[in-house]
Amino acid sequence: MAKFVIQRFIIMTLMLAALSIIVFITIELPPGDYADRRALHLRSAGVLVTSEDVVSLRHQLGLDRPWYVRYFNWISNIVLHGNFGQSFGLHLPVTQVLGERVGLTVMLAVATIIFTYGLAIPIGIYSAIRQYSLGDYAATVVGYFGMATPSFMLALILLYFSVMVIGTSVGGLFSPEYNEAPWSWGKFVDLLRHLWVPALVLGLAGTAFEIRTMRATLLDEKNKLYVTAARAKGLPEWKLLMKYPVRVALNPIVSTIGWELTAIIAGAPLVSFVLALPDTGPLFLTALLDQDTYLSGAILLMYAALTILGTFLSDVLLAVLDPRIRYGERV
Amino acid sequence: MTQITEAVDVTPRPTPPPSVIAKDAEIKYYTASQFQLMWWKFRKHRLALIGMVILGTFVFIALFAEFLSPYTPGARTPNYLFGGPQVLHFVDAEGNFHLRPFTYALSAAMDPETFLLEVKEDTSEPWPVYFFVKGDPYKMWGLIESDIHLFGVQEGHLHLLGTDQLGRDILSRLFHATRTSLTIGVVGLFISFFLGLIIGGISGFFGGSIDEVIQRFIEFIRSIPTLPLWMALAASLPREWSPQRVYFTITILLGLLGWTHLARRVRGKLLSLREEDFVVAARIAGSSDARIIARHLLPSFLSYIIVDLSISFPYMILAETSLSFIGLGLRAPVISWGVLLQDAQNIQAIALYPWLFTPVAFVIISVMAFSFVGDGMRDAADPYSR
Repeated sequence: MAKFVIQRFIIMTLMLAALSIIVFITIELPPGDYADRRALHLRSAGVLVTSEDVVSLRHQLGLDRPWYVRYFNWISNIVLHGNFGQSFGLHLPVTQVLGERVGLTVMLAVATIIFTYGLAIPIGIYSAIRQYSLGDYAATVVGYFGMATPSFMLALILLYFSVMVIGTSVGGLFSPEYNEAPWSWGKFVDLLRHLWVPALVLGLAGTAFEIRTMRATLLDEKNKLYVTAARAKGLPEWKLLMKYPVRVALNPIVSTIGWELTAIIAGAPLVSFVLALPDTGPLFLTALLDQDTYLSGAILLMYAALTILGTFLSDVLLAVLDPRIRYGERV
Repeated sequence: MTQITEAVDVTPRPTPPPSVIAKDAEIKYYTASQFQLMWWKFRKHRLALIGMVILGTFVFIALFAEFLSPYTPGARTPNYLFGGPQVLHFVDAEGNFHLRPFTYALSAAMDPETFLLEVKEDTSEPWPVYFFVKGDPYKMWGLIESDIHLFGVQEGHLHLLGTDQLGRDILSRLFHATRTSLTIGVVGLFISFFLGLIIGGISGFFGGSIDEVIQRFIEFIRSIPTLPLWMALAASLPREWSPQRVYFTITILLGLLGWTHLARRVRGKLLSLREEDFVVAARIAGSSDARIIARHLLPSFLSYIIVDLSISFPYMILAETSLSFIGLGLRAPVISWGVLLQDAQNIQAIALYPWLFTPVAFVIISVMAFSFVGDGMRDAADPYSR
């Protein structure tokens, strides 16, 4: 087990390193560099900046060195000092801009995962043991709709109906009185009260997918001979179901947690933008539109790190559940 | 009959469905070509057929967008900004039935209390709707000049899905957007198909360490949250690029997005097929690698590839829609579903002018139609399975 975890951990670190290079490329892609932008900013403020000044600034910041030196500077600043660089648009260190927004994004992702599996597993079991029942059909129809609708459109539709029917918007993460308030128990409860809307929106596609997987595997498993044997032994139906076929059917579901998390993180910025959540999503979009590259790069790196960490955790979880994987066999 | 029994003995096929008892039907089943078997199987999937019809309609709209839409996408009705959908009537105010549908002239007035524009139908002045009316001139596919539109009015205006903030007809814009969005999907898919086939082919055919490297690479790509990365890449396109150039680049970007899935499928199929007897036989007979791939391997898993393509098409459309929606993808004057949806970003706008929301319906319907067709094709791809 320890060997497996260490092996996976090394792979995770390598992937993170590779990803950081890709993120760095997206930072460097737009024409012009920090020195140009700084000069532009100073000029717009009325300061006289000559082209020699720009060159010397560039040299001072080390921007005239080859890309791998710059990459190394950037990444070592992040790893050693937690310094993600400067936001051009807001003239603040990136870490300060991000602040507690990162925590909210992580909470949103975790809430969505819990929501997805908390809903998918029971509904999947129900759909399988009551195949072709009304509930099974309902789950299938909702599933088709959920998988066909991208989460940001779902958010739009939900907003539309909340405004038209209830008369208030379901956007945001806090009630107005908690918006600027410091963290307290009341604020946390308020957050949970708002969090289910984005979690539902982000999780619906994944939930639909996992319901189908759970249903299909369980349908395969429940007619196998070991189930019949257990039933012949006289095990009560409920205990029998939970003890054997459901445990087997959980495997493919757990193994996709990593993908699920990737999909959630991928959809999150747009949903946050539509629902006006105070997390990293809207910040990411404005940073991209303003070509505020260090800020957008830091957020992109955070998203990637989250998904890779999630994949690592789901691998470990799967190994705990399934000894075949632990001992390096292919399933 | 003996021949047929022999055939059954040689290749163990499942017995035909119990409904097929008549001899003729049985013979038909065994002598049918692969394609026929697939079609029969596909036909049984009711939803897939419906999806096929919907997709056919969309393709038709995309092909003849200029002719089908009553206005050109840029044409404005200046006195009907944010105008609601006009209703087609068959019965006039006196209760008389007309075979030719008409709509009423509209008068807009500011509501003194809410400051909203109130639109009232003026039942004294009907605007009859004609087929093949002369309207704005256009160039069909940029080649054929014409000014005949399928339907329209000669006096007044006709906006069946309302107008946007500049008074442009939403239905016409939707038709043109359908063309852009579908083209992007098809071209992007073609690029993915090409990449997936080549990379997956190399990985599966040669195996060994090449395969190992390619597989790790694919795993790596799949662990990246693609949409944010593509957003970042799209954002770094220079602002001064022309919309056409952006359109072209975005299409290529989307094509680079979807190949991993296909490459895996191709590899998996190749790995299982290359040890099959018919491949070994071909190799012993002296066929070259290229010939084995093209003549023996490709045909045996082509149907699976087509299925995967139909399944990944929606992802292309959704990626384009998402990118354009937030303003990082296509931009005016190019019109796509995502560009149209930009108008629906603002919740206040949607609440006041819900017809701005119609592109959402188009996207959802097309994606659902594609997943139905994909499901049907998945069942049909292996016509011998039950």
